[in-house]
Amino acid sequence: MTATMDPRPHVRTALDVARLFARDADPTRTANLDEHEDRLGPLPLAVYPNRPGRQRLIDTVARAGLRGRGGAGFPTGEKLAAVAAGKGRAVVVANGCEGDPTSAKDQALLARSPHLVLDGIALAAHAVGAREAILCVHRDSPLIDVVYAALHERDRDTVAVEVVEVPDRYVASEASALVNFLNNGDARPTTTRPSVRGVRGRPTLVDNVETLAHIALVARFGDAWFREAGTPDSPGTLLVTVGGAVNRPGVYEIEAGLPLSDALELAGGESEALAAVQIGGLGGSWLPIDDAAELPLAHETCRDVGIPLGVAALVALPARACGIAETARILRHLADESAGQCGPCMFGLPAVADDMEALAYGDGSVSGQLHRRLGVIPGRGACSHPDGAVRLAVTALHTFADDVAAHAHGEPCHAAQGPFWTPLRIPA
Amino acid sequence: MSTLRLDPIMCHAHGLCAELLPELVELDEWGYPLLDPDEVPPELEAAAKRAAAACPTLALKLERSVVPVPAPREAGRPSGALSLPRHG
Ligand SMILES: Cc1cc2nc3c(=O)[nH]c(=O)nc-3n(C[C@H](O)[C@H](O)[C@H](O)COP(=O)(O)O)c2cc1C
Ligand code: SF4
Ligand code: SF4
Repeated sequence: MTATMDPRPHVRTALDVARLFARDADPTRTANLDEHEDRLGPLPLAVYPNRPGRQRLIDTVARAGLRGRGGAGFPTGEKLAAVAAGKGRAVVVANGCEGDPTSAKDQALLARSPHLVLDGIALAAHAVGAREAILCVHRDSPLIDVVYAALHERDRDTVAVEVVEVPDRYVASEASALVNFLNNGDARPTTTRPSVRGVRGRPTLVDNVETLAHIALVARFGDAWFREAGTPDSPGTLLVTVGGAVNRPGVYEIEAGLPLSDALELAGGESEALAAVQIGGLGGSWLPIDDAAELPLAHETCRDVGIPLGVAALVALPARACGIAETARILRHLADESAGQCGPCMFGLPAVADDMEALAYGDGSVSGQLHRRLGVIPGRGACSHPDGAVRLAVTALHTFADDVAAHAHGEPCHAAQGPFWTPLRIPA
Repeated sequence: MSTLRLDPIMCHAHGLCAELLPELVELDEWGYPLLDPDEVPPELEAAAKRAAAACPTLALKLERSVVPVPAPREAGRPSGALSLPRHG
């Protein structure tokens, strides 16, 4: 007896998920257009014809409950609707820069499934009525060749996709900074909102490339299918980058809501005893391993414990490391990466990095000053870069409270010289 | 009713605002203003207007408070509620 095969990618178990990545595919290979269409079927543009079709596509994405995968978790359907309703012909910007060095998921996605992202760009452009789209990647990225090769295979796209190389700086890939760079070559954030006034003043949809890839799946298989994975508030699968003290660091596709310890397990498990996990990128949060292990990786469950999920990246910090020294090093990097436009960011972040370094070197006298500074910086920059740095510092003081207490009594850090576990991209 | 707003990129820490409106503006240790987030009380409305007009870079603005329109805010990562650990 032969049942017809269900062509829709499905979830076998919480640990065996294959939607964005093909099941059992060689992670070092790029799926070409034929392989891509064999697995998922053709780009379903014709399913959503004309104006009513575009509206139906937006509604389908909204009902799917897809949230942006660039860090903020904003509902994608809402953003599509806002840009579609804007004045003038819209533009789509696909954010493939992946400025956070703890994350490698966008690179993995573009390297393995560029056509899924390009499908997503075509569909999003259709939804908001855009005729041009810009795919942003970091300058000199090896992905540029992959993307051009994929674009050459496609001749039916109605949207013109331009590939633009963006400076490899942390804040350059913040949405308003990308738009500013595209408009005048200055990759620093502004106070204008891209969805209202973006590229050349047009309403602009800035979406993470993984978000766009999910749109390509939702458009094919529907919102009910999308919700078969994940949680009610964070539906679907997501790509998570697991690094630090694990046996197989890398990018894994998981169901949203998977307990953090299972994500570490996917990455081969911890390679030594752990103290804490950094979750959400450099502007994310530290959690003690005992609190982190059971945490389901979803927006609402993270919010419940007072942290944002942020960029889905985990760094496992071993017990022998010093979380305060590790954090001081990251804060110095984030201070160096400030765009230098807003006072509390350009002066506050170096000051906070100084304090955290002093703590690591056994100078407890800075503690009061550090707390005061952390209290006044958030919410006062044009972008949320300083807020992220403060969040990392605040959660470090919670998570590594014992280290802080020991340092405050003059005990210098045993690991102040490293080794360090959080990857940082030091600009050339 | 109005509220003080600051464009953080335009503000160059001239500090004039804190001089003209000490009731609602404090300077941080780097000389940048910390604004009272509440609505400007009627008796300070005129002083607030003067402070905004005096800002050399027009970074300080007095905005009419309206019922907030829920507009999409996608520009950044969320700034989740932060609570500082107790110290002392
Ligand atoms: C400092 C900073 C850096 C950011 N870097 C990236 C990035 O590299 N890639 C990305 O997709 N979003 C990044 N974002 C978030 C973007 O501003 C924007 O929210 C996102 O691209 C929107 O896509 P989404 O709705 O699909 O998540 C960054 C935000 C900040 C504040
Ligand atoms: S907050 Fe910092 S990174 Fe963001 S625009 Fe201002 S100076 Fe630049
Ligand atoms: S007067 Fe203007 S520029 Fe000077 S501190 Fe106040 S807001 Fe900033």
